[in-house]
Amino acid sequence: MKRFANFVWKELLHILRDYRTLLILFGMPVAQVLLFGFAITNEIRDAKIAILDFAKDNTTREISNKILSSGYFMLYENLQSPNDIEPAFRKGKIKEVIIFEPGFGANLERFGKANVQLVADASDPNFANMVIGYTTSIIADYQSELSKGKTLPASINPEIKMLYNPNLKSVFMFVPGLMSVILLLVSAMMTSISITKEKELGTMEVLLVSPLNPFQIIVGKVIPYLLLSLVNTATVLVMSKFVFRVPIVGSLPLLIAESTLFLITALSLGILISTISNNQQTAMMISLGALMLPTIILSGYIFPVENMPLILQWISNIIPARWYIRIVKGIMLKGVSFNYIWMETLILFGMTVFFIAVSIKKFKIRLE
Amino acid sequence: MGENQIISVSDLTKKFGSFTAVDKISFDVRPGEIFGFLGANGAGKTTAMRMLCGLSLPTSGKATVAGFDVYRQTESIKKNIGYMSQKFSLYEDLTVKENIDFYGGVYGLSRERRKEKTEFLIDLLKIEEARNKLIKSLPLGWKQKLAFSIAIIHEPKIVFLDEPTGGVDPITRRQFWDMIYEAADRNVTVFVTTHYMDEAEYCSRVSMMVDGRIAALDKPEKLKEQFGVGTMHEVFVKLARPAA
Amino acid sequence: MRTILVILKKEFLQIFRNRAMIPLIVFMPLFQLLILSNAATYEIKNIKFNVVDLDQSYFSRELVSKFTASNYFILNETSFSVEKALESFKTYDARLIVYIPKNFERDFRTSGKSEVQFLINAEDASAAGIINNYAVNITRQYNSEIVTKSSVIPEKTSLINIYYSNWYNPELDYRTYMVPGILVALVTLIGSFLSGMNIVKEKEIGTIEQLNVTPIKKYQFIIGKLLPFWIIGIVELIIGLNLGLFIFGVPLLGSPFLILLLASVYMFVVLGIGLLISTVTHTQQQAMFIAWFFMVLFMLMGGIFTPVESMPDWAQTIAYFNPIAQFNGAMRMIMLKGSQLKDVIPVLSFFAVYAVVIMSLAVWRYRKTE
Repeated sequence: MKRFANFVWKELLHILRDYRTLLILFGMPVAQVLLFGFAITNEIRDAKIAILDFAKDNTTREISNKILSSGYFMLYENLQSPNDIEPAFRKGKIKEVIIFEPGFGANLERFGKANVQLVADASDPNFANMVIGYTTSIIADYQSELSKGKTLPASINPEIKMLYNPNLKSVFMFVPGLMSVILLLVSAMMTSISITKEKELGTMEVLLVSPLNPFQIIVGKVIPYLLLSLVNTATVLVMSKFVFRVPIVGSLPLLIAESTLFLITALSLGILISTISNNQQTAMMISLGALMLPTIILSGYIFPVENMPLILQWISNIIPARWYIRIVKGIMLKGVSFNYIWMETLILFGMTVFFIAVSIKKFKIRLE
Repeated sequence: MGENQIISVSDLTKKFGSFTAVDKISFDVRPGEIFGFLGANGAGKTTAMRMLCGLSLPTSGKATVAGFDVYRQTESIKKNIGYMSQKFSLYEDLTVKENIDFYGGVYGLSRERRKEKTEFLIDLLKIEEARNKLIKSLPLGWKQKLAFSIAIIHEPKIVFLDEPTGGVDPITRRQFWDMIYEAADRNVTVFVTTHYMDEAEYCSRVSMMVDGRIAALDKPEKLKEQFGVGTMHEVFVKLARPAA
Repeated sequence: MRTILVILKKEFLQIFRNRAMIPLIVFMPLFQLLILSNAATYEIKNIKFNVVDLDQSYFSRELVSKFTASNYFILNETSFSVEKALESFKTYDARLIVYIPKNFERDFRTSGKSEVQFLINAEDASAAGIINNYAVNITRQYNSEIVTKSSVIPEKTSLINIYYSNWYNPELDYRTYMVPGILVALVTLIGSFLSGMNIVKEKEIGTIEQLNVTPIKKYQFIIGKLLPFWIIGIVELIIGLNLGLFIFGVPLLGSPFLILLLASVYMFVVLGIGLLISTVTHTQQQAMFIAWFFMVLFMLMGGIFTPVESMPDWAQTIAYFNPIAQFNGAMRMIMLKGSQLKDVIPVLSFFAVYAVVIMSLAVWRYRKTE
């Protein structure tokens, strides 16, 4: 037991002495949480727009003011002719052009109808959607305000309730994904690199002839990264909760238990990768290309899975992080009990068993 | 500092923080000598050599190599020396021919010269069948000899060898030293560091470094006489553990 | 000059002899474009929704049918209790609950005001916003419809007709948006990652000492090390552009030469970063990690996945100095809007200055003598 403890201590020292890598391992999650919390979002604020107002009357002025004081939009320039639209978009600053027809106010008074055209720069379709959506809402609001003085047309008033995330903070969606990425990074990638490094340097043989048995060697290598991951995850959770007020509605012990399960899944993946790599570079390439990249893209971390083409959705099913993210979202944001996530848990468990089994098999072959 | 010495060193010192790796060493090397730089691992040999090659700036002291100053004229030094390091530093993923071609080009040899040299070396070392083989597939002994040949491909005045014979059998080591003798015969000065004490016998003069200082400097026979022993190994033991 | 050629020859030999390299170079653009561009969408379609209709009237049923008839929503289930409907949120079976209270139609006819409630699963904030917009718009449209049809029409209405058009990407195809960004990421990865790791590898193995002791000049070494990746980066960009154009039908309204010009200068910036990283690391692992860290950060802040315009002001200011953000913006402008040289001159000059600064820094840091 003492030998084992010595071994684990040596591994820990190795890791702690590599300042640069350590800095990145801890710095990256913190940086990402900060970024996602403060900077990265899909929402619209002060989007630059241009107005081409052919009418230039009170009505158009009122509508424009309403739009510009909504907080969503900011006037970049006033255009004078339709020929100005194309160059304005080309400069790349404005996202929308609002065109009021000539005699807008007069038409509304006299005929009860007027036309306004919204031209959006749909290079970013999502943004364009939202821009048009918000502009339309504001104009529609104006329209109903106008009608207040006259006989009210009947109206249906929708009341909106945003559940689980009333302030619509983007960070809520990113935190679960972030946790899974960190766990993968530290547990899977670092572990695989650490084990293959010993293989590469030839010191693995030395370890194998020592009194430590293979099981102890692997576990000993893995424990420091387990500890690191736990610290990292705890950091992310604490930051999310206290800096960004991401709630943990559900049971904290359940969250910890599931995270530990995923941790083991990630570790077993790391071990698996190390059994199929002969040198560090290969381990790195596989970890990055076949693990991290697909996880970031296809697990639901940033992009929702439901809208991807079917093939990609199927592939997403074999990515362990995908299931973990669902579990975490359920517990943190919706407070679900185990009943709702038993299937995802089972899947993770099955994957872990599979990875470990294959690793053992490959390891045995190597020894022969 | 002698005028016709090809290497002149005076009170050369290298400190890393509070640790002094090389402590005020002074010596001269004559042209055409095989100068052995001996000492235990960590005694400061490699650090000293790196300063002479222009790889590391000294903390204090003076030195000139081939007449050039080690502080201000490192690039000129590099034009006039050859170097072979512990790790051999041939590119493992290039072939014999490609390595020769590359280093030849780096030292400014024209294409015709490079071709000549390639044929010459392959013939000399009798490695015709390895011409287009990757270095990593060659036996260690061949790699060493090739590395040495490449180190002097541009016919420099001095060649620095840093522990060149690590890990090979005695016969191969002997063959390697034959190559060194040949170069010395052509008036190439050879500056070689090693911790194999028997190789000291092959040198014209030998200096022994202990803890960053030069503890002894003379011809091998004279040192053995001085300490009343039969081999350089015993000389080293006497020097490294004085109070015996 | 001869020295540079000799170094270049060695570099290319080594790069292509590395068995992993060629598949990497060929498949990377393909893989990134295919998978990333198809996966990276925020578009919302086929939103499953539940209905809790306590009114069961003509109006309420019509409203529900407006939802199902739209292209956006798919009915998941109907129930009579909100609690039951909420279960679907927990199981990800629905994202919207349309709750229509009793007397919906009656209230509309008598007092002219009725309520409907939308409960939205707001885990994904931006999706929630979009779902909200769709739901409210459908409701509004239905509202105007029944107002015009029913007898509660006042004589005078004020109707503002809103027409909208989407320029540069009328089909709102996500791939059109993503492809330029992916190409930027591609070129960036090659320029920073691969080049940085390549130099550090020589450090790790020890061959760099052998080079430091030769008369090779610093600039010759650096050019020899970076030029191959500059070439590979540009080649990848050309391959990627062609794939984007011919397989994904992404438009290219502007000049491809302008893109290549921009990319050429941009590559210097990125290569400079790779070189800089190689001067502060000792092992390939460290180089990779640091490159990874900065690249991910720059990419996230670079408007590739989320728009720069959505970021808070301080972040937008930082983004201004982020070369990826600039390149990304310029790519989109040229490809999708046909921007011309005069439109991208600011970006070009920015790259030039940046490249000079970073390269100088990196070259200054690289020492042949310690």
